[in-house]
Amino acid sequence: MTYIRSTFRHPGLPKNELGYTTKEYEGAISTLCAGCGHDSISGCIIQACYELSIAPHRIAKLSGIGCSSKTPTYFLGNSHGFNSVHGRMPSVATGANMANRDLVYMGVSGDGDTASIGMGQFVHVIRRNLNMVYIVMNNGCYGLTKGQDSATADEGSKSKKGSANPFQPVDLAGLALELGATFVAQSFSGDKEQLIPLVKAAIEHPGFAFINVISPCVTFNNNPGSTKSYDYVRQHIEATATTDFVPEEKEITTSYKNGTGTDIRMHDGSYIRLEKLAANRDPYDRMAAIIALHNSRNRNEILTGLLYIQPQSTDLHHTIQTSNRPLNSLGQDELCPGSSVLEGVNGELR
Amino acid sequence: MLSKVNNFVVRFANVNGTGSASANYLFAKAIFRMGIPVTPKNIFPSNIQGLPTWYEVRVSEKGYLGRREGVDLMVCVNPQSMPNDVLSVKSGGYFLYDSTKQLPPQLIRDDVNYIGVPLMEICQQEFSDPRQRQLFKNIVYVGALSALLGIEFEVLEQLLSEQFKGKEKLITPNVRSLKLGIQYIHSNYVFPLDIRLERRDLIGDKIMVDGNAACGLGAVYGGAAVVAWYPITPSTSVVEAFEMYAEKMRIDKETGKKNYAIVQAEDELAAIGIVIGANWNGARSFTATSGPGLSLMNEFLGLAYFAEIPAVLIDVQRTGPSTGMPTRTQQSDIMLAAYASHGDTKQVLLFPSTPKECFEMTASAFDLAEQLQTPIIMMTDLDLGMNDHLSEPFEWDDSRKYNRGKVLSAQELEELPYFGRYLDVDGDGITYRTIPATHPTKGSFFTRGTSRDEYAAYTEDGAVYARNMDRLLKKWNTAKKTVPAPFLYQKKNKSPYGMVFFGTSTYSAEEAMDIMAQENITFDAMRLKAFPFNKTVEDFVNSHEKVFVIEQNRDGQMRSLLINELNLNPEKLISVLNYDGMPITAYTIMMQISKNLSPAKTLIYYQ
Repeated sequence: MTYIRSTFRHPGLPKNELGYTTKEYEGAISTLCAGCGHDSISGCIIQACYELSIAPHRIAKLSGIGCSSKTPTYFLGNSHGFNSVHGRMPSVATGANMANRDLVYMGVSGDGDTASIGMGQFVHVIRRNLNMVYIVMNNGCYGLTKGQDSATADEGSKSKKGSANPFQPVDLAGLALELGATFVAQSFSGDKEQLIPLVKAAIEHPGFAFINVISPCVTFNNNPGSTKSYDYVRQHIEATATTDFVPEEKEITTSYKNGTGTDIRMHDGSYIRLEKLAANRDPYDRMAAIIALHNSRNRNEILTGLLYIQPQSTDLHHTIQTSNRPLNSLGQDELCPGSSVLEGVNGELR
Repeated sequence: MLSKVNNFVVRFANVNGTGSASANYLFAKAIFRMGIPVTPKNIFPSNIQGLPTWYEVRVSEKGYLGRREGVDLMVCVNPQSMPNDVLSVKSGGYFLYDSTKQLPPQLIRDDVNYIGVPLMEICQQEFSDPRQRQLFKNIVYVGALSALLGIEFEVLEQLLSEQFKGKEKLITPNVRSLKLGIQYIHSNYVFPLDIRLERRDLIGDKIMVDGNAACGLGAVYGGAAVVAWYPITPSTSVVEAFEMYAEKMRIDKETGKKNYAIVQAEDELAAIGIVIGANWNGARSFTATSGPGLSLMNEFLGLAYFAEIPAVLIDVQRTGPSTGMPTRTQQSDIMLAAYASHGDTKQVLLFPSTPKECFEMTASAFDLAEQLQTPIIMMTDLDLGMNDHLSEPFEWDDSRKYNRGKVLSAQELEELPYFGRYLDVDGDGITYRTIPATHPTKGSFFTRGTSRDEYAAYTEDGAVYARNMDRLLKKWNTAKKTVPAPFLYQKKNKSPYGMVFFGTSTYSAEEAMDIMAQENITFDAMRLKAFPFNKTVEDFVNSHEKVFVIEQNRDGQMRSLLINELNLNPEKLISVLNYDGMPITAYTIMMQISKNLSPAKTLIYYQ
């Protein structure tokens, strides 16, 4: 089947600070099933990058294998992309980031790609606090191989075939919190209002930013009895707060009443604004986030929003003290010590 | 009978973790400093402390640098291995032992000369600290050996002063220990022995270094900026050497920060993934591993082959399969590396045989990887990597420029009418690539392991897929002309017999050839330096009646590769093999060849 999309866009589309419309942030037309949650997430990524006025070529998008990992084709067509091997996106992203610390690294993965085959790399990229956005499009099943349960499927959740999953789920947000991730959020593909500011904040976060997005599979896991269906998620969603992202230069004009709004100052001066923050929720408190997540799970609710942030996070380059300049910009003069130094080495070996 | 001056093998039997390594190195380095060719080999257990370990030093006036069977002098300070150590001494040879305790009578052989030195007793009297007693015991036996074999005392003294520069107070007890050993021999034995050393000038400006250090240094010179690795014997010291040199040579003067990044990965899968990510993003990057790691890296190597991403991998081969003998040598990853990954893949391999070549080939592997946009796998081994070798000095021509291959700049993208990442513009199978962030609107593409067309767009069109696979083959043919050519030992063929070898089989192959020439059996010889094989390799085999393929594995992997790639007559190629984990010897080569000569000949290897 061939998809042809019109290239016509309304001439009056608003432009961002770079003079780009959202068109410059779009990708190829999606080949995912109509109604797939993943396409909504792609839309949020497009909108977030557009609103932040990031030059598309300054973003590198990376993925593993699976339905979710196909999506980088469908957003940011002017960015370099890398669809790597199953479960190994974090290592490719690590290498890319080591080579050029100045780009935005947008990693996209799925629940199979992250919670099963790629669990090791997911764990270690968190441990290293690589400066990247890591989005899991989590639908609880393997789409490309036609609907097998994944490791994030809830115990008892029913697949399209009707059988209940007998295994406990891996809670990726909980795991990320436990492993020390410096930014952990959870969202729902059907909630753009929440997801766009979270993606923006994740991009601005100077370390590892994780967003676990429940993203229903319309073809294999949207049936009654599934805990990852649109209906179920909508009925069981619970937000930590209403989230907004305020860029650095925008003056804050609204004043908050005590207890209704919290501004999280990012390293570059921008803010994440949390309104209607649930009682006793402190986004800087990792332990509280873990407890809140457990409590929600016990109530069969899905806690969404920004769960935890460490705004002054550093990253791997800081930890290993690499040059401030991108390593891929170093020339031979800086890389090669030359013949006289080598003579010295020879001398020491005689 | 051959002269015993500068022509013998000394073997040290120690317990690992007791400080014997630096004493044994002192012994070997002193011989090197006396201008005499020397080859030390570590034969060590997969263990940190308490198991038997050996250090074997071959001294060869003729400059033979391969391993030789037969121990002329055994220095045994390990009671655990003593029964076997006694048996391994050649008839008429020497057995030096710690005579603090009496030797059990069953260890006495009539045909071996025993030299007892009460090492423990001497150290008990001299030192009060137990650790010192143990450490200096090693230096006492080096002193004894220097008297027995004629090592110049000044050379040892000089080496100690270099070793302990900045820790001068350690020099005195070391020198004292040497003297104690010497004195004991002077008072109790006739010296020097018939096997002994005499100063020569056979070293020239050569250096003594291990291959792993040379690879690490080569990577610094080759411009590696990102290193990812997972520790595995025997490759670990490659990255350690890189780090040591980079700490000296790659620090930004203004900020004190590093012009390199080293990531110790969680496994080899991640290590090669990081290397591929970094190379994709325009930084030269490498990893070092051994067989088990290479097995794990296969999937990613297929991606890099198919998506055409440069990568450099140093495989320091050890004895397989599986965990095998992790601290023994072999050349047994040839097949795994050559066709690494599923589907139709072929990988470029390099075969260094000396530390100088480790340096040079590692540095140029980065050029090759970027020129060919594919992984380059350096096939070294434990013997080359972890043992010190006499080597020509490292060289670097300052006018040499890195060859970054076909990478488009922003300017070039601006001027191009259109860009196709996999479009074969030049007809050599190598296409133009772009590095992320080069140009705001041009040159971006999607890198993928799935099939795609010339413009990097996903496709399931079989014809387009096949066209791409054919182009990769065209690139492979270009690679044949780009990789290092084999070394031919003769300008013109002079024998119906040919010899093919590579890597660490070279030393012993050359020695075997030399000795057989003295019996008027001549060979033409070729040393392979790379895969793919070029026309020279094919012509060499075709122009000989029999070709002996010398390698260190059970299955004759290089032989199979030659047959497979060059469509050769298998009957022509005869395997000469060694796969016991020890470096191949000239004796082994001669014995296996002699059976296959027509008429068959009995060859004698005189020691």
